[in-house]
Amino acid sequence: MVKIRIDRERCKGCEFCVIVCPKKIITMDKQLNSAGYYPAIKIKDKEKDCIACGKCYQMCPEVAIEIWKE
Amino acid sequence: MKKVFSYPESLKKTKFSYCPGCGHGISQRLVAEVIDEFKIREKTIGIAPVGCAVFAYNYWNFDVTEAAHGRPPAVATAIKRVLPDRIVFTYQGDGDLASIGAAEILHAANRGENITVIFVNNAIYGMTGGQMAPTTLLGQKTWTTPWGRKAELSGYPMKISEALGQLDGVHYIERVAVNNPENVLKAKKAIKKAFKNQIANKGFSLVEVLSMCPVGWAVTSVEALQWIEEKLIPVYPLGVIKDKSKST
Repeated sequence: MVKIRIDRERCKGCEFCVIVCPKKIITMDKQLNSAGYYPAIKIKDKEKDCIACGKCYQMCPEVAIEIWKE
Repeated sequence: MKKVFSYPESLKKTKFSYCPGCGHGISQRLVAEVIDEFKIREKTIGIAPVGCAVFAYNYWNFDVTEAAHGRPPAVATAIKRVLPDRIVFTYQGDGDLASIGAAEILHAANRGENITVIFVNNAIYGMTGGQMAPTTLLGQKTWTTPWGRKAELSGYPMKISEALGQLDGVHYIERVAVNNPENVLKAKKAIKKAFKNQIANKGFSLVEVLSMCPVGWAVTSVEALQWIEEKLIPVYPLGVIKDKSKST
């Protein structure tokens, strides 16, 4: 079981995590955050597919992603 | 549940002031992670440059000082000589290191100072708004080369790592990129080695990080990753440029 948390307020919407995710569990939100960016969010119900490879974490320039693993 | 990827201790919770898709955030996180892994946070002194990374002292959770434009290697030399038990590193951009600070880096490298240099190369002056840097590619459009850089007018892209590699005082130089997760891991390995060299008193180590500047290059963040792969890496090939521990 893997849990991933994306800090909505840190994200600047560069989409790096979206393109590097091998399981395609991240997408861009339609709602702005307080800084005026469309942040990355997890696709509902797809978090269970996460394999905790950490590619999104490695590529995130804002260090906005944290991953927990059982 | 166990945290497998989390915010490094050596990074403050401050938000970065960088543009979306900038490679500085990744490079600074890698430095913070390496310092955490060596457990040297309490005795590390960083030197921030002038440029986009000028606020690095707001982001790193250890002692960071600021130097005049291009002078971090000189300041690092002084700190390391006065406090030899500290881990001293400079974090510089290409405008800072390759242009105005060319003399400082050349002589610090030639003296073989026992410092670590993280050289972030994005082929442009980012903070001032995207002017031509010495590392700008031929044909690359910037605000000061609106028809592309021409060799007859402004010379060739400066390969500072290769140039420094000729000096006898240099222990280790490697060029890495942060444009995909595999390269980020390689970059971390190189930065780790550069700090390890300093801890073992081996001498001058430099890691050149090819980094994204989507705003300066006038491309989207995702296109910037491709831009590094297609344009920057052919001119600035990745890999170890000099490693004394292997050659002897």
